Amino acid sequence: MKQLSTKVTSNAHGQDSSYFLGWEEYEKNPYDETKNPNGIIQMGLAENQLCFDLIETWLAKNPDAAGLKKDGQSIFKELALFQDYHGLPEFKKALAEFMEEIRGNRVTFDPSKIVLAAGSTSANETLMFCLAEPGDAFLLPTPYYPGFDRDLKWRTGAEIVPIHCSSSNGFQITESALQQAYQQAQKLDLKVKGILVTNPSNPLGTMLTRRELNLLVDFVSSKNIHLISDEIYSGTVFGFEQFVSVMDVLKDKNLENTEVSKRVHVVYSLSKDLGLPGFRVGAIYSNDEMVVSAATKMSSFGLVSSQTQYLLSALLSDKKFTSTYLDENKKRLKIRQKQLVSGLEAAGVTSLKSNAGLFCWVDMRHLLDTNTFEAELELWKKIVYEVKLNISPGSSCHCTEPGWFRVCFANMSEDTLDLAMKRLKEYVESTDSRRMISKSSHERIKSLRKRTVSNWVFRVSWTDRVPDER
Amino acid sequence: MGLPLMMERSSDNNNNNVVELSRVAVSDTHGEDSPYFAGWKAYDENPYDETHNPSGVIQMGLAENQVSFDLLETYLEKKNPEGSMWGSKGAPGFRENALFQDYHGLKTFRQAMASFMEQIRGGKARFDPDRIVLTAGATAANELLTFILADPNDALLVPTPYYPGFDRDLRWRTGVKIVPIHCDSSNHFQITPEALESAYQTARDANIRVRGVLITNPSNPLGATVQKKVLEDLLDFCVRKNIHLVSDEIYSGSVFHASEFTSVAEIVENIDDVSVKERVHIVYSLSKDLGLPGFRVGTIYSYNDHVVRTARRMSSFTLVSSQTQHMLASMLSDVEFTEKYIRINRERLRTRYETIVEGLKKAGIECLKGNAGLFCWMNLGFLLEKKTKEGELQLWDVILKELKLNISPGSSCHCSEFGWFRVCFANMSENTLEIALKRIHEFMDRRRRF
Repeated sequence: MKQLSTKVTSNAHGQDSSYFLGWEEYEKNPYDETKNPNGIIQMGLAENQLCFDLIETWLAKNPDAAGLKKDGQSIFKELALFQDYHGLPEFKKALAEFMEEIRGNRVTFDPSKIVLAAGSTSANETLMFCLAEPGDAFLLPTPYYPGFDRDLKWRTGAEIVPIHCSSSNGFQITESALQQAYQQAQKLDLKVKGILVTNPSNPLGTMLTRRELNLLVDFVSSKNIHLISDEIYSGTVFGFEQFVSVMDVLKDKNLENTEVSKRVHVVYSLSKDLGLPGFRVGAIYSNDEMVVSAATKMSSFGLVSSQTQYLLSALLSDKKFTSTYLDENKKRLKIRQKQLVSGLEAAGVTSLKSNAGLFCWVDMRHLLDTNTFEAELELWKKIVYEVKLNISPGSSCHCTEPGWFRVCFANMSEDTLDLAMKRLKEYVESTDSRRMISKSSHERIKSLRKRTVSNWVFRVSWTDRVPDER
Repeated sequence: MGLPLMMERSSDNNNNNVVELSRVAVSDTHGEDSPYFAGWKAYDENPYDETHNPSGVIQMGLAENQVSFDLLETYLEKKNPEGSMWGSKGAPGFRENALFQDYHGLKTFRQAMASFMEQIRGGKARFDPDRIVLTAGATAANELLTFILADPNDALLVPTPYYPGFDRDLRWRTGVKIVPIHCDSSNHFQITPEALESAYQTARDANIRVRGVLITNPSNPLGATVQKKVLEDLLDFCVRKNIHLVSDEIYSGSVFHASEFTSVAEIVENIDDVSVKERVHIVYSLSKDLGLPGFRVGTIYSYNDHVVRTARRMSSFTLVSSQTQHMLASMLSDVEFTEKYIRINRERLRTRYETIVEGLKKAGIECLKGNAGLFCWMNLGFLLEKKTKEGELQLWDVILKELKLNISPGSSCHCSEFGWFRVCFANMSENTLEIALKRIHEFMDRRRRF
């Protein structure tokens, strides 16, 4: 029997992880307001569906853009033939300016340093091909986006070594965690080529602090390695603080145009900020000419459709549109996040204080039977099959503490989010009473002594359980 | 080009100053230093234009199909007169399309591709839409298949001459090698069983594991279809050696007479033995037949379930824009339109081919008898002082600098005979083609006088 490559037989594509299995369950029984009100609500998909109306309105006012016309004249032929891997110049210019706008115009992006890719999935993999040999390692802070296991490792042969972050400090990256990860790689005989962070973080929904960014830049500088900052969620920052990009830090530390700045690369995409994952628009930004050159040639394997480049160059060149959009996007995300957070609180569930992203990092440790990943998986199954919510278990994000879940809020209507929260509340309350009943009957059976405290006191002390520290 | 830099960096690294990029990044396996691409540069610097630059370089090295755009434009204009492809009044349907990133691909689009591929083959083979995996162009499809069928340091056998891009697509990031199956003009460059065996043996002697054979049918750069008997022999060979067969049929819709094309799909259609079928994979794209390279639409069609499943997952790195899938889905499933398009496209390409071959003949130049594609395979061997690679490149340089024609030297296609050139004819107007032929006439006249 003829064989296939080892890539096929390995499961480094990661599709057997729970992250994807939850999707499969959802597909079998998807919630629909009218047709399937008891179906599973998809809260595991980080999509931004809040601002489509703004884009649709723009499209109606600018029919040329999607109609492959310029000033009323058809440019179908030019676009159909355009396959230059340098990309449509107008598009790269508009994209560079959009990225600047997101960063408050504090830093500049040179369009000639942008390499387009078919989504950030492709951009991240391409960067790996450029920076790492098979068997080299990149350090990633946990928890991280489950897709990285496939994107960074599958076809490249690169390895990921985790930088362990914990709830003790809001999952921030510490110097000791960095050093530990670096040493762990060396113990495993892996050459560390760089660090990859997602900022704002998926799944945490928080921005990296300036302290962390400084720490990272100092670390890669001293170890002579690369730093990749995936800033795919940069346009979803809704908190009071401004988004601080690694580019800001390079500027503030006077490191622009230095050797270090050549090792810092930014990845971007329009899939989250603009909600256009289907259009496959990603980008690598690098100050290293050789990286730009190699990545540009590699982009042949994942070019952005010229039709799409043209549409988006028109959209993003409209500065009135982009400033309105970024503003509205912020506002709507903030409201939606608030709705999720209060809904969770009503169910007695807290989450990490977030200021960005399309999801919250939710603390369900108190709902676990035991402080183990087996218990987390059991809880997750109950939430998927009984509560009918597809959320992402922290273990699929390589979180080192059981009980955390990523819950998305921007891919559904307000009503659906309300319903989801109601279902969760009902579940938690029923579990509470179930737990109470089983615990009290357990007590009755075990102990013949009269209970000296009331049931009410007992219930409070149980839900206020102090979570285990790592 | 990359090598000296790499050595610089190595010594720097001893001082722990500069971190290296990967070997893949600094290698030149992307092939962009070959004359195939150098000619493009010369054209970019001095491009021919009928009015603005009539003495500029005419690009005859780019296999683009520009003869049938009017048919596509008219169709799309009729379909969406307001220019809105998502329906009227502010585009309902936009958001579903914008969100659609399922690597299974838009069902309607897959069905349309399957239907289109069947029509091209005159219904002689059927295509199951669920076996279609979409990728951003055939470039991505070929690389993806190579990742799936072979491991680093394994080899694919590829008949020469072949498309220069394969050196990058099949080898660069995959680490897979190409071992050539040498073909020559003695039998019109057809693949012989001896050549196959010889290539296989060469690989084995070098301790290289052969994983498959990859052919392009119709062939680029030959501009000719592969004979049915040869396909059958190929499949037999692959069965005997227990390896894969990949057939890149990107030019299948550009065969001048439909009856002259046999797809490997037809051969497989009549085979029940799964162990035979499962080793066959077809690559297709809309870049040549429809002339839409900018839209990045490629596909892998495999009779192997495991390959389909894995290719689908891998296609995450190279999905087709949902906007593009949406726009083309209804057009490609409009059977009346596609039948008309395929027929007219074939006629126009045939006419172009006849024009160029006749024109070259009048100048005393013979071409390989072709029946497909966007180019002809021209024999200038008789003009070479020495039948070597250097001799050929010298002549190529003369043609580029004196005639201002960018054509592709056979050596860049790894042809083992020197003096052959690929000349494209479908990427320009009829007038421009006439001008190009005139320049060749004059050149040949001048040579005869001396």
